[in-house]
Amino acid sequence: MTDIAPLDPLVALAGGLLIGLAAALLLVFSGRIAGISGMVARAVGIADTGIPRAQALAFVAGLPLGAVLVSTWVRTPDIGVTTSIPLLIVAGLLVGFGTRMGNGCTSGHGVCGVSRLSPRSIAATASFMLVGFLVVGTVRVMVGG
Amino acid sequence: MRQIVIALLTGLVFGAGLALSDMVNPARVLAFLDIFGAWDPALAFVMIGAIIPSSIAYWFTRRMQRPVFDTQFFIPENQTIDRQLLIGGAIFGAGWGLAGYCPGPAIAGMALGDWQPFVLVAAMLAGMWMQRQFTDFNQRRIMAA
Repeated sequence: MTDIAPLDPLVALAGGLLIGLAAALLLVFSGRIAGISGMVARAVGIADTGIPRAQALAFVAGLPLGAVLVSTWVRTPDIGVTTSIPLLIVAGLLVGFGTRMGNGCTSGHGVCGVSRLSPRSIAATASFMLVGFLVVGTVRVMVGG
Repeated sequence: MRQIVIALLTGLVFGAGLALSDMVNPARVLAFLDIFGAWDPALAFVMIGAIIPSSIAYWFTRRMQRPVFDTQFFIPENQTIDRQLLIGGAIFGAGWGLAGYCPGPAIAGMALGDWQPFVLVAAMLAGMWMQRQFTDFNQRRIMAA
């Protein structure tokens, strides 16, 4: 694990507020849950129920646009990420398979589901958080960080 | 059309939030999951920030007959915590802990100049597709029995 500079909690909170605002607007205007794994599956045609495909595509296209706007005008992130292609592939396969099997990810379960106190989403969030802690902890022991 | 605009706008605000809060940085996410090391609380602040507007919106929409641009709300009603939910969450958590990417930051990260999100997203789509094949195969087996 490489150490990174701490992020101002107020900046983290402000970013979170934007994420929650996006979820709030989508719910109030279109009645939909801002679940990104579901949106992605719908956008590429892997899922064939849920939000209309054009909306899923628009939402998914908006994500990189918003990120570029902020990184250009507000704060350029100093991104630290593995360069191991096998690790990225294994991680991606697990993220894709798991989010579809569990019907959601950090956004749909973690933000939207927890916000409406859905027992399913709280259980799913506990499950992926716990395993996330365990995996990072195990990597730490194996790599000897 | 109005809903496609809302989807694009909410995707954009969501992506902006991910970039502002540094969630597009896998090192930041892994530092949160690293509870046995130099724990970084940023992701917790992001979640709190996101849940505030999202839960207010959910509370508010329960008093609305329908969303502004649609005839009904599309909120999951399933309350069952089953093995599929927990195992899916766990598989996702393992992938999340390995590379530090969940679906939103991976998609948003594709516009920030790194190559890693492209590899991860390609593998994620493959994982989603495999899960779909697996589900369809099980469905056919149940139908045949």
